[in-house]
Amino acid sequence: MTHVVIIGGGATGLSAAFWLRREGVAVTVVEKGIVGWEASGRNGGGATHAVSPLFAEEQRLWPLMDELLGYPTEYQRQRVRIGLSRAQLDLILEGVAIARRQGFIAHELDNRALRELVPFVSERAAGGVLLEYGGHANPQRTLQAYAWAVQDSGGVIQQHTAVGGFETAGGRITAVRTDQGLIGCDVVVLAAGPHTAQLAAKLGIRVPVAAARAEMVVTEPLALIRFGGADGNGVYGRQTLRGNLAYGGGAHEWIDLPDATTPRPVNSPVMQSVAKRVHELFPRVAHARVIRSWAGVVENTPDGRPILDRLSGPDNLVVASMSSVGFGLSPASGRAVAQLATIGRCDFADLSQLRLSRFDGLAADWQHQMGWVPWVHPKEAAA
Amino acid sequence: MALDPTSIAGKEYAWEAHVPLVVVGAGPAGIAAALEAAGLGMQVMLVDEHPVASALMGIDVPWMFGERMGAAVQNQGRMIERVVAARPELQAAFEAGVDVRLGVYAWSAFVEGPTSRALPGPVLGLADETRAWFVRFDRMIVAAGGRDLGLAFPGWDRPGVMGARGFAAAVGLYGAFSGRRIVVLGGGAAGAEVVRAARAAGVEVAGIVDVGVVEGMADVPVYAGYRVSGVEGAEVEAVRIARGDGSGALRIACDTVVLAVDVVPVVEMFDLLGCALRFDGTRGGWVPVLDREGRCSQAGVSGPGVSGPGVSGPGVYAAGDCAGVSDAALADPGLAAAAGRKAARAAARDAGLVAPEVEVGPAEMAPAAMEPDRDLWRRAWLGAHMGAPDLPICRCEEVSLADIAGVRPPRYLDYDAAKFADRDVRTLAAEGPLNQDQIKRLTRAGMGACQGRRCREQVQAILAMSGNQATGSVPMPSHRAPLRPLPLSVLAAFEESDAVKDNWTAWFGIAAQWTPHWEKVPDGLRYETRWKPGVEE
Ligand SMILES: Cc1cc2nc3c(=O)[nH]c(=O)nc-3n(C[C@H](O)[C@H](O)[C@H](O)COP(=O)(O)OP(=O)(O)OC[C@H]3O[C@@H](n4cnc5c(N)ncnc54)[C@H](O)[C@@H]3O)c2cc1C
Repeated sequence: MTHVVIIGGGATGLSAAFWLRREGVAVTVVEKGIVGWEASGRNGGGATHAVSPLFAEEQRLWPLMDELLGYPTEYQRQRVRIGLSRAQLDLILEGVAIARRQGFIAHELDNRALRELVPFVSERAAGGVLLEYGGHANPQRTLQAYAWAVQDSGGVIQQHTAVGGFETAGGRITAVRTDQGLIGCDVVVLAAGPHTAQLAAKLGIRVPVAAARAEMVVTEPLALIRFGGADGNGVYGRQTLRGNLAYGGGAHEWIDLPDATTPRPVNSPVMQSVAKRVHELFPRVAHARVIRSWAGVVENTPDGRPILDRLSGPDNLVVASMSSVGFGLSPASGRAVAQLATIGRCDFADLSQLRLSRFDGLAADWQHQMGWVPWVHPKEAAA
Repeated sequence: MALDPTSIAGKEYAWEAHVPLVVVGAGPAGIAAALEAAGLGMQVMLVDEHPVASALMGIDVPWMFGERMGAAVQNQGRMIERVVAARPELQAAFEAGVDVRLGVYAWSAFVEGPTSRALPGPVLGLADETRAWFVRFDRMIVAAGGRDLGLAFPGWDRPGVMGARGFAAAVGLYGAFSGRRIVVLGGGAAGAEVVRAARAAGVEVAGIVDVGVVEGMADVPVYAGYRVSGVEGAEVEAVRIARGDGSGALRIACDTVVLAVDVVPVVEMFDLLGCALRFDGTRGGWVPVLDREGRCSQAGVSGPGVSGPGVSGPGVYAAGDCAGVSDAALADPGLAAAAGRKAARAAARDAGLVAPEVEVGPAEMAPAAMEPDRDLWRRAWLGAHMGAPDLPICRCEEVSLADIAGVRPPRYLDYDAAKFADRDVRTLAAEGPLNQDQIKRLTRAGMGACQGRRCREQVQAILAMSGNQATGSVPMPSHRAPLRPLPLSVLAAFEESDAVKDNWTAWFGIAAQWTPHWEKVPDGLRYETRWKPGVEE
């Protein structure tokens, strides 16, 4: 029987494990820390990425996930996008046009209609759009739901186990080397987020991704509004089902990952800029107190699009990086990865744009050329 | 090399000052530190949050005020006068040229580390009731003191239940206590401090209750070996107590219950600064790891990925209760002041202002060997009150003891209870070491508006007790900015640079990431930076 070893207990890896278990495939997920501890448990919970080839499937699956997993994800359908100015509204409509071309529906809202749905907004906001597609969920709850569902269906999750390398023979990976010993495998899924590059390099494969830190703020709970998935003004986020406003945006910071660990992602003064934009967006709740902030580490490919690919050498390796937009798409990305692992292709979405080979000609110092490397403050000339 | 315009590269915030030494906390340790440092020629900023906004008091931040603060606290001007009057050494600090900031929250510190390289140096986030701002600093003495130890008992969520520090502030610092007759829970040094303060303020003490022993206290009815079985009234009208086996049930009429089993070191700032912390029961829980002279270790600064020129960590020093509480120091504020002076001497010496041979001395206020294991008190207290599964532990998020033990989702969710029937803290422990942050994510315990102040220690102890492990083996849940709940309007009230405004983007802004998948990736890297602030048009 086929045994798939998945490296990384984030949204991508755990969703893949879930779908593999539904097909009865033996799965071991190896996670260096706790499931969902990194980006997958620290994101905005947004599930509205209509530019992705996985989006249609994601939309089909999300409403079923609570039932399929057996645990709550706090998934909510629909979103409201808010334009404070006409220029912002135009930008929003550009994005909406992409969804409309695929048959998704959206309604434009004048200020009054907008405020009926999102009373936190002021009379001065230019307007908004109610999306009859997209949605949001609670990342931490969702990740635990994936993990428990995998275990309930007989999958193995090995936490606190770090992968350090691979055993290969005859052009295939035969085992994954961990700090707790070898794990034999028929297929390997590399879904280690920002660490995917490092691990692939051990096989002599270049997966060009750069790591960055991004941050969010969250307020105390407020009375629930009808459409919690309301954002705009350059910040993304949602009102959680508990009532907190959780929003992020603004400058990210490119970082180095010199070893196998993920350094604690701290916040920066940017968090104050995020709060400033949330305040502009929702002046009616200016009194809401920010009670926490956090940050997470994500990876990006040079074109910002995922790499979902079953390689030809070694031919039992699937590389899965969602390029910083991987939570919302996870029900579908995991299913695609599971298919790549079992049948070598995805039968519900066109992944041809997401092959690793598109970066074959990339310069060795691409990160430098693009400025996707840590920027160290020059300090005072004297120092 | 190109720069990514949407990244943090080159985006400076406005730093309103650059101070060689900032002292956080103007209690006995902080004031003494500021005075000593000023005397040694250092330019010092001394920051203290008192008087805090009455709205914060209402949610038990920074101490458990239990809704027992009178209306007087709403007058901030009056309260500033009160704070200065209650801490006469502040006058000396003003005269010594210390830049004293009262009613100012130190809500964050940003320092360089593996995921933060773009800062010009260490930065402190400050705020008052109207705006937030940043100052740069070279050295910081953290003298943030202690806070109330929350410990659950039936009825502890009623108005009228306050903490030892909250009570001391109500009768002393603010002179605004609205109660008359208190029952003190806790027969140790913290309880004794409450009794003393109550007497000085003419507040009647109706009794001292402890699940263990009560240290000798003349004239006050003592109930040793008792637990709290309930609180009467929507607001406290009386407290009911009984022995462990239920015998000896008693009702004590009172309008306030002061929970004074212990005080906890305030270590949040150390955590943000990336200083190493360790668990020490004799010091009251998590405390900073200090060298012989009170310097903190800064893992965040010397951690992986950060080395070489251009990286400078601040000097961080700890003084007073935030470095570890002790019975000796609870009884004698002079010890904290001495610790403050020592920290100041270490800072001045590190800054090259005093001769290296000046005696700096150990930061500890009392030898640990002389101190009891305070962790045992928490466990004993919780052990005596854990009979009721519906005991509220996290009051903000309404998480009960049973919710934590069963790692149950929050009440606002519908879920299949059968699915959770076989899952609990023990099954979680079988999958890997228990982690308080994970429990927080699953149950929401500690996620509320009081920022976990009332439940951090209890959740840790409960997890440790259910896993039969040492309390300190449950890792500390992280602290995150803002260290005080700050309104959006306050955080928003600052001038942002054009570099930040003009290059704002919601998420990376890599144009190809937002073009539909059926379109080819456009040639050349482009960024989407059209998210200009909407209100300014
Ligand atoms: C602040 C923020 C906001 C975001 N907002 C959104 C949003 O609203 N919507 C959205 O869709 N996306 C969002 N994202 C992005 C999203 O979180 C990520 O794209 C997604 O979680 C990636 O999941 P993953 O499983 O691929 O990777 P990760 O979550 O990074 O998981 C990889 C896992 O691999 C493990 N690992 C690494 N190396 C090893 C090793 N050697 N051995 C074993 N295990 C290893 C790691 O510990 C980690 O748990 C956001 C991200 C952040 C940080």
